[in-house]
Amino acid sequence: MELQINDQTVSISAEPTLQLLWVLRDLLGMTGTKYGCGMALCGACTVLIDGKALRSCVLPIDQAVGKKITTIEGIGAMPLGAALQGAWQEINVPQCGYCQAGQIMSAVALLQAKPNPSDADIDAAMSGNICRCGTYTRIRAAIKQAANQGGKT
Amino acid sequence: MSAVANELASSQGVSRREFLLRLQAMGGLLLVAHGLRIAKAAPTDPPKYGAEGMPHGTVDNPLVFLAVGDDGWVTIVVHRSEMGQGVRTGMALIVADELDADWTKVRVQQAPADEEKYGNQDTDGSRSTRHFIEPMRRCGAAARMMLEHAAALTWRVPVAEVRAVNHEVVHQKTGRKLGYGALAKQAAKLPVPPREALRLKTPEEFRYLGKGGVPLADGHDIVTGKAQYGIDPWFKDMSFAVIARSPVLGGSVKQFDGTAAAAAPGVQKVLQMPATVATAKFHILAGVAVIANSTGAAIAGRKLLKIEWEDGANGSYDSDAYHVALHESARQPGKVVRESGNVDTAFQSSAKSIEAEYYIPHIGHATMEPPAAVARIVNGKCEVWAPTQAPQVTREDVAKHLGTTPENVTVHVTLLGGGFGRKSKPDFATEAALLSQAMGGRPVKVTWTREDDLHHDFLHTVSVEYLKAGVGADGKVSAWLHRSVAPSLATIFDPSINHEVPPELGMGFINMPYDIPNLRLENPEASAHCRIGWFRSVSNISHAFAIQSFVSELAVNANKNHRDYLLELIGPARKIDPRSQQDSWNYGESPERYPVDTGRLRHVVETVTQEAGWGKTLARGRGQGLAAHYSFLSYTAAVVEVDIDEQGRIKIPRVDVAFDCGPQVNPERIRSQLEGAVIMGLSLAMFGEITFKRGRSQQDNFHQYRVTRMNEAPSDIRVHLIPTTDWSIPLGGVGEPGVPPIAPALCNAVFAATGKRIRRLPIKDQARRST
Repeated sequence: MELQINDQTVSISAEPTLQLLWVLRDLLGMTGTKYGCGMALCGACTVLIDGKALRSCVLPIDQAVGKKITTIEGIGAMPLGAALQGAWQEINVPQCGYCQAGQIMSAVALLQAKPNPSDADIDAAMSGNICRCGTYTRIRAAIKQAANQGGKT
Repeated sequence: MSAVANELASSQGVSRREFLLRLQAMGGLLLVAHGLRIAKAAPTDPPKYGAEGMPHGTVDNPLVFLAVGDDGWVTIVVHRSEMGQGVRTGMALIVADELDADWTKVRVQQAPADEEKYGNQDTDGSRSTRHFIEPMRRCGAAARMMLEHAAALTWRVPVAEVRAVNHEVVHQKTGRKLGYGALAKQAAKLPVPPREALRLKTPEEFRYLGKGGVPLADGHDIVTGKAQYGIDPWFKDMSFAVIARSPVLGGSVKQFDGTAAAAAPGVQKVLQMPATVATAKFHILAGVAVIANSTGAAIAGRKLLKIEWEDGANGSYDSDAYHVALHESARQPGKVVRESGNVDTAFQSSAKSIEAEYYIPHIGHATMEPPAAVARIVNGKCEVWAPTQAPQVTREDVAKHLGTTPENVTVHVTLLGGGFGRKSKPDFATEAALLSQAMGGRPVKVTWTREDDLHHDFLHTVSVEYLKAGVGADGKVSAWLHRSVAPSLATIFDPSINHEVPPELGMGFINMPYDIPNLRLENPEASAHCRIGWFRSVSNISHAFAIQSFVSELAVNANKNHRDYLLELIGPARKIDPRSQQDSWNYGESPERYPVDTGRLRHVVETVTQEAGWGKTLARGRGQGLAAHYSFLSYTAAVVEVDIDEQGRIKIPRVDVAFDCGPQVNPERIRSQLEGAVIMGLSLAMFGEITFKRGRSQQDNFHQYRVTRMNEAPSDIRVHLIPTTDWSIPLGGVGEPGVPPIAPALCNAVFAATGKRIRRLPIKDQARRST
């Protein structure tokens, strides 16, 4: 099977039902995308598939073939991704940091759809991403800061 | 008790590490310090406190903790584990400050497990900074003086004429300068100045301490996906494992059929884990492992296992039935753990008595990174990569299970994707090592699925807290009875223990600092039927919830403002010797150096109520709740504001927290810890509960074990740090003390808004009008 990951074509051999998360992490060694629940409940594994934020832990690999997959390792190449990464650092959002890749991926999808999100928009887009350290107020602030800068670094 | 004593006795001459317990005779009082590693001392030795009371104490050799390269880069070694509390930034900041280093030329390197070299590495108890600020300052100061010495030799001038300033040494008379990189080689040849010759900075000279203002050591790596957690190491020839573990503590595999699992796509091996579970300790659980070419394949293979379990004695554990049993115990007299005055007489003569009972269930840690580790064995040498809060324990436990010595085990400490006490237990690292051994040394990664995590956690205890107060006509308390009933975390070392041990009693129960003339505190028996561990702030959660809720109830009874009533109960500013409260533990610190200071407790109450606009007029459905608690040598008070709609749905628009931990090394990370503690406190108050039926945890994943999400989190958290410029005040803890006051403050706010008193956590839908 061939996958398009972060603008590169990657060949893999795997069961078609194997979830994208494990293809990324275990077969390709791209460990920036995290496991958290395996049931699309926590958002740690969020990636972009054709620009949409999806949970890779429940996405069989055959459904990702032919689509554009973007992970945390590649998101900085997008101006919006870089802007969010910058805001995350300026506001010192992370504590343990484990969920933050998924948070940033969800935030990219949000700002793509809504460049100036309301608090309700942020709630709707981000409530699928759990942070056990409790960085929510700073995530919200970082999204607003990136939005206010027009998604530019 | 005898089992502990025997185990201790048998530890003499063997690896001390195997035994995490010790008996300590102090003033004729037998103190059993369970679950807390403390340095060995003969009973006749004077007590050791703080870092020196921990195994391997401290090391302050700059050659161990820092290196200056020819290129000017300073590498600072951090030997404590980073789990989000900011220790890799904060610890390095302390060294960098005394070194007068430029933070943009500092890199942080994580120490492997090696306490002989680095000193104690147990990252728990909110003590990294308070235990290591002084040794780390000495490291930085010694290195700075060596650089100054090297510059003075180079210029042939008296060392008194040179001064290190921001990564270079300056000759003040001539203005000559040499960068740290240029001086590195020569400085390294010079002797390390002895401790008594060190010139530490005065607080006015601090570049970073108390100020912070630096980016996080791992900030860039985290946001770009490069940060390495224990679940992340990856090798080309690696295998991936999951394990089906006994659903009941103490259970075993009666028989299993792994044929279908072994034939599943990608599965490489199915094997039974060599578990011994007579005493839980930090041992692995009985079970069957499935090893595959990906974690996904291993999980799919595990579903095909057919296992018949032998449940053992805990197979009947039912948390509802246990709640009833705890309730019954709480209504009977129990072991008296602190008494003053005459409670019984005072109750008889009081105008009224008020009683209430509170329930706090088991809580799971649910670190976002579940337990996970990687191990490989090459030529008898085992390497482990683990997100561990206890590096040295991990090293020694792995060695013991492999049948080798710690020298043959290297533990690389990765970042931790959350710890909260769960990752003080190295069972998951031992599993990885054993499976690597079973695979001929090949690298194996063990991942706990979320279900594994919630089914097999070392849980926060479960407790019933019964309180009764005798009050006068003026509402003042003249008698106070508190019974705390909870299985002890010491039971993982000795299942026969049926009382709370001193560290649990000393977490806000016996060291309750209120000015009450007659009081009796009792601790009836309770036994454990699952693995009890320490969860961020530990027994303070239950004790603070009960006491701070009860004080609110008493204030309501007295028809008084809760703040005023609480301040009156705390009484005048005074310093209480913990020994006078029969607290023999005091978080391992000297009772002289760390008394309970009610003046500081009063001050956080006054600050938080003022900042939160306590008593302001609120719209219908809104209410404010207050709570204050002393824990981990720090003082915290919180005001939670709720907004409850007609259906009883709770929104939390704002939380204020006032916090006094003494001097603040990196205030920004203290704020972030308190913000996080608010969310964790709200999580456990609103949703946190692990229940048991037939000995089995009933929560599988985040749909059944809810935690607070973005849309449920307060949009406004205001942290008010109590400032101080007096660095002679000993530091308090930061990671844990923010948690305990949050749940009672929330429940007191629910009462203020609705008149509904919550005595059983979690709240779930108890604020609904129909209930």
